[in-house]
Amino acid sequence: MSEKTEKTERFDRLSVFKTYKLYVGGKFPRSESGRVYEVTDSKGNWLANVPLSSRKDARDAVVAARKAFGGWSGATAYNRGQILYRIAEMLEGRREQFVREVADSEGLSPAKAKSNTAKAAAVVDAAIDRWVWYAGWTDKIAQVVGGGNPVAGPYFNLSSPEPTGVVAVLAPQESSFLGLVSVIAPVIATGNTAVVVASEKSPLPALSLGEVLATSDLPGGVVNVLSGRTAEIATPLAAHQDVNAIDLAGADDVLAKELEIAAADNLKRVLRPQPVDEVDWSTTPGTDRMTAFLETKTVWHPTGSLGASGSAY
Amino acid sequence: MASAFEYAPAPESRSIVDIAPSYGLFIDGEFTDAADGKVFKTVSPSTEEVLSEVAQAGSEDVDRAVKAARKAFEKWSALPGSERAKYLFRIARIIQERSRELAVLETLDNGKPIKETRDADLPLVAAHFFYYAGWADKLEHAGFGADPRPLGVAGQVIPWNFPLLMLAWKIAPALATGNTVVLKPAETTPLSALFFADICRQAGLPKGVVNILPGYGGTGAALVAHQDVNKVAFTGSTAVGKEIARTVAGSRKKLTLELGGKGANIVFDDAPLDQAVEGIVNGIFFNQGQVCCAGSRLLVQESIQDELLDSLKRRLSTLRLGDPLDKNTDIGAINSEEQLSRITTLVEQGEAEGAERWSPACEIPSSGYWFAPTLFTNVTQAHRIARDEIFGPVLSVLTFRTPDEAVAKANNTPYGLSAGIWTEKGSRILAVANKLRAGVVWSNTFNKFDPTSPFGGYKESGFGREGGRHGLEAYLDV
Repeated sequence: MSEKTEKTERFDRLSVFKTYKLYVGGKFPRSESGRVYEVTDSKGNWLANVPLSSRKDARDAVVAARKAFGGWSGATAYNRGQILYRIAEMLEGRREQFVREVADSEGLSPAKAKSNTAKAAAVVDAAIDRWVWYAGWTDKIAQVVGGGNPVAGPYFNLSSPEPTGVVAVLAPQESSFLGLVSVIAPVIATGNTAVVVASEKSPLPALSLGEVLATSDLPGGVVNVLSGRTAEIATPLAAHQDVNAIDLAGADDVLAKELEIAAADNLKRVLRPQPVDEVDWSTTPGTDRMTAFLETKTVWHPTGSLGASGSAY
Repeated sequence: MASAFEYAPAPESRSIVDIAPSYGLFIDGEFTDAADGKVFKTVSPSTEEVLSEVAQAGSEDVDRAVKAARKAFEKWSALPGSERAKYLFRIARIIQERSRELAVLETLDNGKPIKETRDADLPLVAAHFFYYAGWADKLEHAGFGADPRPLGVAGQVIPWNFPLLMLAWKIAPALATGNTVVLKPAETTPLSALFFADICRQAGLPKGVVNILPGYGGTGAALVAHQDVNKVAFTGSTAVGKEIARTVAGSRKKLTLELGGKGANIVFDDAPLDQAVEGIVNGIFFNQGQVCCAGSRLLVQESIQDELLDSLKRRLSTLRLGDPLDKNTDIGAINSEEQLSRITTLVEQGEAEGAERWSPACEIPSSGYWFAPTLFTNVTQAHRIARDEIFGPVLSVLTFRTPDEAVAKANNTPYGLSAGIWTEKGSRILAVANKLRAGVVWSNTFNKFDPTSPFGGYKESGFGREGGRHGLEAYLDV
């Protein structure tokens, strides 16, 4: 027994690599195309082979998102808030993993490894807190952007926000985790479902986030994560007739314009990318990323009349 | 009348809750004795068993608690809202985790059925903290300006009918907005607030942010009158509310009051009767009628009076009164001997004034404080049982012929907390609701509560709202 222990101690234990897979409809498929591409850290060292999604993968993801929309949009705002908060709880427990992945993805030189990790840790902390921030919004956004309207007649008149439907989200290319969370959370907080295209160069945090979502009581299909060439996946999404909106955060100016033109075909709601020099994912967001994917529904109902007397109390 | 169904006893186990033989005051993060060493006993109203002995705060303790809250205020109010939010989320989660324990505790100390503490009180408590947690870092979106500031130290006095829920209604918005609190629970139900102190400890809440001072009216009066309190929030009787309003007059203390009610539950002739009967029962017998927004006056359209009353009496005969820990119990114990005698006095007066009293056959347990579900017909608006808040399982039935008459009668009260409307006609609901002078109007339902929905009264039912975006205003310098 002791001999055996001695023997194994002579070797560094070989780690087990993770196979990075897509997250679609609550499951973890490979790309139907069988393709992968190589992801490296900032110094060019190999990190993983990740799925190179096809247009078919994009369409499958839209089907999954559409299927999940009824249940998710019909859940109470309180319930959605509980689940978003649960995501923060789950992420907190896997904080070290994400710090490592963010450090690798957005890395600095080894000499500055320590400060780099510290920075990656701050990024992950901010991303966890962002889930908490949006968890609190689920049951408040209607109170901020909706309300009764004092129409000049005997009518009850109430405007309420409703989610627009399936939203294609092109995640930011540079901020592979905080930026990613900052674009997903506001879309689903209000009851939309999402098809997310991960940062092309740094997709690992996004694919790992799928594993967190899968264990956070979030129904399958509410968030679907695809990795691959942004332009290749985004083009069929922008043209898809069953996609209601598209967030172009991860598109460059040329691609954004092409996609916006394609999106006009069924009048998708389009959130244009912010100018590069204005992007700062670390600041507290406003409500704009939620309202971009909300419809306003106004309901009228006659109030009737009790006659002239009424009550003078 | 024999019960329609025989039930075997189905008591919830009380072993889930561990009640200590004595509790101190919770000041600056520590449990401590009262300065003058005074204690009082809290009993289980269904058995009169002594549950624990609790320190009784005097004015010296009030001063110490306010000082602790003042000291904690500086750092607590300076925290980023997102950090305060996370403390409140932690509290919400711990309440969820411990909800069965707290439900049993509340049922033991208050006497209300476990069905209610388990399915109504506790879920609402957790939801209230969860809701206000989310506001802590979003105050600039709440409509009170770009950077609304907290008031300082809040002195809060709560009643015994929903001990932990009233605590949540007071503490959650106060902390979310950056205030610190000194809270006095009612003398008959101090235990859940003291358990809440332990939840604050588990959540790592900074010392002094929440202070709990059990005691009687004198403790509350000292707290309300304390010079270094910036905000007073009170839920309880209208008489005490008026006294508090006089006490804070001329000071800078911001005041909100949630007081009594004499809610009208109006049933029109086109109402879905079975649903209405359920709503009437829920409206007046939920929590033994010890609810400020209870539908204690039934206004029924004359043409359906007989049919409705037959149906209602049949339904009342199926209500099960008894052991509050039994999962089948509908009607639990009255909270205290004092409250029981108040109910008894008012009911006797109702009979003396000529109203007709009816109760289903109902076995009353030999120990504890109990009152059978009671219904009065032949009630006029001049009767005391139609005017005074009874705060017990007693329903006064009046009739009306036209919607105008219903509205006039419903509003004929100094109170204005709640009302109910039963009709299939949407436009009538809205027309009647527009005319009612009440803070909450339920239509084709009753006694619905949600943390997102503002609650509070018109007229002598108090002022200010708790719950919703509106509930923040009470704790902000706006």
